[in-house]
Amino acid sequence: MTNPTSDALIQMINVDKFFGEFQALTNINLEVKRGEKIVICGPSGSGKSTLIRCINRLEEHSAGRIIIDGKELTDQVKDIDAVRREVGMVFQSFNLFPHMTIVKNLMLAQQLVRKIPKAEAHKTAMHFLERVKIPEQANKYPVQLSGGQQQRVAIARALCMKPEIILFDEPTSALDPEMINEVLEVMTDLAKEGMTMICVTHEMGFARSVADRVIFMDAGEIVEEAEPEIFFNSPKSARTKAFLSQILTH
Amino acid sequence: MSFDLSLITESIPKMLAGIGITFQLMFLSAVLGLILAVILLLMRISGKWYLSWPAQVHIYIFRGTPILVQIFIIYYGLPQFEFIRDSVFWPILREPFGCAVLALTLNTGAYVSEILRGGVLGVDRGVLEAGSALGLSARQKFIYLTTPIATRLALPAYSNDFISLMKATSLASTITLLDMTGIARTIVAQTFAPYEVFISLAIIYMILTWIIQKSFGRIEKYLSRYVNP
Repeated sequence: MTNPTSDALIQMINVDKFFGEFQALTNINLEVKRGEKIVICGPSGSGKSTLIRCINRLEEHSAGRIIIDGKELTDQVKDIDAVRREVGMVFQSFNLFPHMTIVKNLMLAQQLVRKIPKAEAHKTAMHFLERVKIPEQANKYPVQLSGGQQQRVAIARALCMKPEIILFDEPTSALDPEMINEVLEVMTDLAKEGMTMICVTHEMGFARSVADRVIFMDAGEIVEEAEPEIFFNSPKSARTKAFLSQILTH
Repeated sequence: MSFDLSLITESIPKMLAGIGITFQLMFLSAVLGLILAVILLLMRISGKWYLSWPAQVHIYIFRGTPILVQIFIIYYGLPQFEFIRDSVFWPILREPFGCAVLALTLNTGAYVSEILRGGVLGVDRGVLEAGSALGLSARQKFIYLTTPIATRLALPAYSNDFISLMKATSLASTITLLDMTGIARTIVAQTFAPYEVFISLAIIYMILTWIIQKSFGRIEKYLSRYVNP
């Protein structure tokens, strides 16, 4: 199916998601333009992870439509694959392939999905390892790296696929405090280069400096959506205010 | 009672003449059993009931009955059916060796498929999600992510089963095969010295177990190189 109305890269129209009886997402409407940076925040269980996992079909939405760069997510495997090729994802727990060296982690999908020859895949892998500033770790196994380094590898692995969009699912939540900045720096650099990004995060400093829009979710709904200045200084909803006061004061 | 040491030194070389049969039974059943186990595993995790059920029935039957009984049923029971005597498998099933391999294969296949399933279930879901997010197909994920990781997870339990299989080959002696145990029984029948002969036999099996354990230990160490580099 074709894109009905807009030039948005991501369109979610009236999306609902149920886990059995439990409604995880209620009537989500979201448009993300090319190059936009969105930060999603909200209490745990508010559906923010579920929302971005629906975008690359790690979760299947129950109702509504999701259209990525003109391709609608349907049950067709080939549509899902087409979308996944354009959407990179970075997970809270890194999820590197533990049995492969770092450079192999970056090469695998290039070779299998993009059918890129080994030598070229290796070159691309090393290029992005340079960009996240850990080329010297190329031949180590994930377990030998710190959490911050592993997460930077995970970002590089997503970049190797030359995605249009990168989704970040709480990328710094599993990190020791001293490693959070090295990951946020890489993400900020990416943002500056114009990558379209959706980040679920509680790093409000990052949201303030990088996001074009901040979205607050609660109980499966988008409660508030605004530019960071407005979002942080004069939130409209009481729920947003309560949430912000909790995470900004401690 | 007396303990005749010379009988031990005499009977060990005789029993070792049967080690070839023991090895043949062990390796043939192990390889065929592993192939069967992978097929049963794929059937079980296929998500299709008409594949999963037969696999589960097979596993239930072969884990639920003694292997000695399985050997007897195959050796004494199958030739009763005319269609089996007429089939292409008859040359194999006519021989006690073929029956023993078949029984051991069906039995170890059931156990090993459960061991492999444990390994597959142990693969971190996040790793597979990362594979999906990068666009890998279900098949690619199974080959490049699940299989290598599950193999490492399943290996310790598999080495246990391999040792059980090695020892279970001794049951083939009950259907006239002259493996090491079969030869030992013949010697006992001639010498009336069960104590010396069976202790010698036990020692040989123990040494084999030790060798198998050490070999698997090495493979385990190799496969764990990325866990404890």
